[in-house]
This record gives sequence, structure tokens and C-alpha cells, in this order.
Amino acid sequence: MSEFDQLYREVILDHYKNPRGHGLIEDADAEAEGQNPLCGDEVSIYVAFGEDGDTIDEVKFSGRGCAISQAATSMLTELVQGRTAQEVATLPRDDLLDEIGIPLTPVRLKCALLGLSTLKLALHKAKGTPLPEEWAGASSDLDLK
Amino acid sequence: MDFVAVTAERKLDARKLRADFPIFEQEVRGKPLAYLDSAVSAHKPRQVLDKLRNFYETSYANVHRGVYTLSEVATAEYEGARDKIARFINAPASRELIFTHGATESINLVAYAWGLDNLGPGDVVVVTELEHHSNFVPWQYIAKRTGATFTAIPLDEHGELRLDALGEIEQAGNVKVVANNLVSNALGTINPVEKLSAWAHERGAIMVVDAAQAAPHHAIDVQELGCDFLAFSSHKMCGPTSVGALWGRAELLEAMSPFNLGGHMIRSVKLEETTWGQIPFKFEAGTQPIAEAVGFGAAVDYLTDIGIGAIEDHERELLVYALEKLAEVPGLTAYGPAPERRAGIVSFNLEGVHPHDVAQILDMEGVAIRAGHHCCQPLMAKLGVAATNRASFYLYTIPEEIDRLADGLHKAHKLLA
Ligand SMILES: Cc1ncc(COP(=O)(O)O)c(C=O)c1O
Repeated sequence: MSEFDQLYREVILDHYKNPRGHGLIEDADAEAEGQNPLCGDEVSIYVAFGEDGDTIDEVKFSGRGCAISQAATSMLTELVQGRTAQEVATLPRDDLLDEIGIPLTPVRLKCALLGLSTLKLALHKAKGTPLPEEWAGASSDLDLK
Repeated sequence: MDFVAVTAERKLDARKLRADFPIFEQEVRGKPLAYLDSAVSAHKPRQVLDKLRNFYETSYANVHRGVYTLSEVATAEYEGARDKIARFINAPASRELIFTHGATESINLVAYAWGLDNLGPGDVVVVTELEHHSNFVPWQYIAKRTGATFTAIPLDEHGELRLDALGEIEQAGNVKVVANNLVSNALGTINPVEKLSAWAHERGAIMVVDAAQAAPHHAIDVQELGCDFLAFSSHKMCGPTSVGALWGRAELLEAMSPFNLGGHMIRSVKLEETTWGQIPFKFEAGTQPIAEAVGFGAAVDYLTDIGIGAIEDHERELLVYALEKLAEVPGLTAYGPAPERRAGIVSFNLEGVHPHDVAQILDMEGVAIRAGHHCCQPLMAKLGVAATNRASFYLYTIPEEIDRLADGLHKAHKLLA
């Protein structure tokens, strides 16, 4: 497979062109906005919990991004469905990266992980789960109400 | 003396000049490197690299310190570079040319050293929405610290400065600083700095020019521009990194407080009080990037030998060619003014394809372009995008590289749009 076909493999293009979980949740139980300072991309994540108030029932996202970030966030919405807030807050990033399954340079890694780190931020704000490492030190700028 | 009449400057031969740049000897992903990102930093010719090596090998010592011969030799080289760089921008005097670590530090120097003492409530600091963050954020920050009002000349939806808004801006208070780039790094626009200088001076304000993107491509004459300060970086001009310059009018520099404090910038140090040295040394605390400054001088020699006019003409030819080729790519929107008012920069978007993906696909073809906000988020907001793609040209750029750019864009459109 050429490098190109590897990076933009069918499943990535499919998630990019038909993103799962794209949209808003009105009155979401948890939400947050994340930015990629390298390119100015922004993503908003919305979470609705199930009746137990802890299991993720639905995740949606909106915002703009490259094929890698959009596809990764789309895959993420499927990956975390039915898991608890705590499980997702401590979800190793490799679980998502395995799903994406393509070699990523450090810059593109930031694209791929923007959705996950924003989801973890949303859970932190709503549930007090641990703040992901990439937000450490930025918390004074964050609206942590 | 050569008596052949030369009416226009010589045309440059980019193919021949490329041979001066060792970086182009390599392949990227099995293809010759097509480097279309010179606006962010330019490559270095052998003439500059040899100068650096030769200086370290034969003439290096700290400057302005030793009585011994070697230190004198090094000092002469360092000061010689200052003279060349001052002449390059037609500065009235070399002592008005301060070595810094680059345009960013030059602008911070003015914002802190001039701004903290001269700004306060009721004063207005005017930048533009077209600034690089380095000529935006320092002013925003110093205005906040001093209680001054910070405002930006707005852009229209094409990214042009709306000078008709100046009347309104003036109502905000006492205009004290106007800061603008001579050439925009995001769009290539050559901005009407002379006009803004005159407007600033009529109001008793100082004019600060960010020439980081102009100096490599466009002849600069600080006396013609009528500005008070001008900042630029060596690394965009084929010189070493970590060195740049600030030019300022002597009377302003002399009245200013220092910026960095420490060794070498003093006249005398006592427990009760320290007095400052003369300019430019008052602003050159600590050991300077000495070899880099000497290399910067060699880069200015290199550009001067080729001729800045010839470089500008070459880039404009490439720009016109690139705009033609890009117009053939489906779904492509190009930003920026007409080629006559523009340096060799093309910013564009491909409908339905994110700039990161465009840049990635081009990289696989060995073509290096920039994708992002180019440190110009206020401009991006005006254009209604998060990011753009940017291809930029320099004296070593050849038309084949633009062909490869266009081919890559057709491919990106086919695959992702
Ligand atoms: C217009 C403009 N101003 C300022 C800068 C900052 O220059 P430096 O990073 O060398 O300090 C740049 C560099 O990207 C620029 O393009």
C-alpha cells in the first residue's frame, strides 16, 4: 500500500465524509470546547448520560477540522458509547489510535486526539473526573464552572 | 568600471542560484524538495554558511570586551555587519541599528521600553487586523498593562485595510502608536505604510513597522517610509536564526529606558545607581548572537549582490504564473490583492478539503507548503476560515515547483473534495 493509501485509508475517508455523531445535543449533560492551536481548528463535544447518570448514552460533536481529526472524533463517538464517565476519563489514547490504525506524525497526532481530549475535558467539568494531561496548566484559562 | 548602460536591474537566474543552497541536494520522499514555505523561513546559501564557519574558525571572540587582537577582529566583523544591515534599509546612522534575536524581540523591545513609559489611560494603540501575532499581542498586552485603549484597523472581506475607518479610530482618544506590517505574511499584501506614517505623525504618534516579511523581498528605505521603528529577522533573508534587527530613530532610542538589563549595556554600575551606555549598546545586554550577526551581514551581501529589485521581479513572475495554474484547480479560492501590490505569497483554500490534508497530500509529493492560521487569527476570522494553505516563493523558486503544487492540488481535490 502506498503511504497515501495508508493515511487516507477507506475507513478514514468514510468517517470523514459521513461522520457519525455529528451535530449538537440540546441540554447536554456535559460539554466542552477544544482548540488545536496549530491550525485554529475547534471542536465542541456534547454528552448525554443514560438513566444511571453515568453511562454515556450519546456523544455528538460539531466544529471544523481536517480529515484525520474529523474521522478520529467520529470513531470516538462510537468507541465510548455505553461506557461510564470514569472509564472514558481514563481511556488510554492508544485505544483510539488503534481504532484509527494509521501512522501519525506528532503534528497529526494532535489532530487525531483533539476530540478525545475535549471529551475528557467535558467529563472533568461535569463529573470531576481527572483532567487530562494536555489541559494541565491551561486550567486558569478554562471556564471550569 | 563597467560602462554598459543598465536600465533595469539584472534578471536573476533561479536555477543557477539554487546551486548555492545545499539543502536542495536532497530528496524528500524520493522526490526533489519543492520548498514553497520561504515566508516562514528561507534556506541558507553556501556564502552564508561558509562565512559562519570561517568566522568561528578564524575570527571568533566575544566582542567589545577584549584588548587583544582577536577580540578586535571579531568586533570589527560584528560592527561591519551592523553597518551593512543599516545601509540595507537606508538608515541614517549605524548606531540606530540594534541587534536583537529577531523581529518578535524587536517589537517587544519597543512595546515594553517605549510603551511602558509613554502609554496610559486615554491613549490609543492602533494595530491592524492583518498583523502577525508578533505585532499584535505585545501591543494588546502593553496597552492592557498601561490602561491604554487597544484597537485595530479593520479589514474588508477581501483582507484589505479599511483606511476609511481611521476617522472613527481617532475618536477613541489620543493616538500614540500605529503598528503595521509592510508586507503581510498571510496574504502578501504590500501595505500603505507611508500613508499610515504620515497619519500617525499628524497625530503625534509613533509609527512601528514590522518588516519581517518585507525585508527579504522588497526594497526598504526607512527614510522614505517615514517610520520611527522597523523590525526584521535574519532567518527569512537567507541568514542564520536567532538574530534580527530593530532600527529606531536615534532621538527616540536615546530617550527610551532599556529593555534587557545586564552586562555591556551600562555606563557605570554602583550600589546606589546604574547609568546606561550609548545606543545601540544600551539595548544589547549580555553576549549577543555574534556569529549569527556576522552571518546576517553575509546574507545581506548575498541579497544585495543579486538585487532586491531582481528578487521582487522574479517572485512577481512566479506569483502571476501560480495564480494562473491555481485558477485551474476546481473549488480553489485564492485570497489576497492583485500581483502589483503583493509579494510572492499565495494563500488559498480548496473547497471541502482541510488545509492540513492539502499540506499532507502535497508533502507526499515532496512539496512543502504551510497550512494553518499563519499566526494571523484575526485575519482568519475576517476571511471566515480557521486556516488557509500558503505557498510562498523566493529567489530560488522555479516554475516546475509551482507545476508540482498544482498537480498535487488536483490530486487532493479528486481524493477528498
Ligand atoms: C509579518 C511577520 N512578522 C513577524 C514575524 C516574526 O518573526 P520572528 O519569528 O523571526 O521573530 C513573522 C514571522 O513569521 C512575520 O511573517
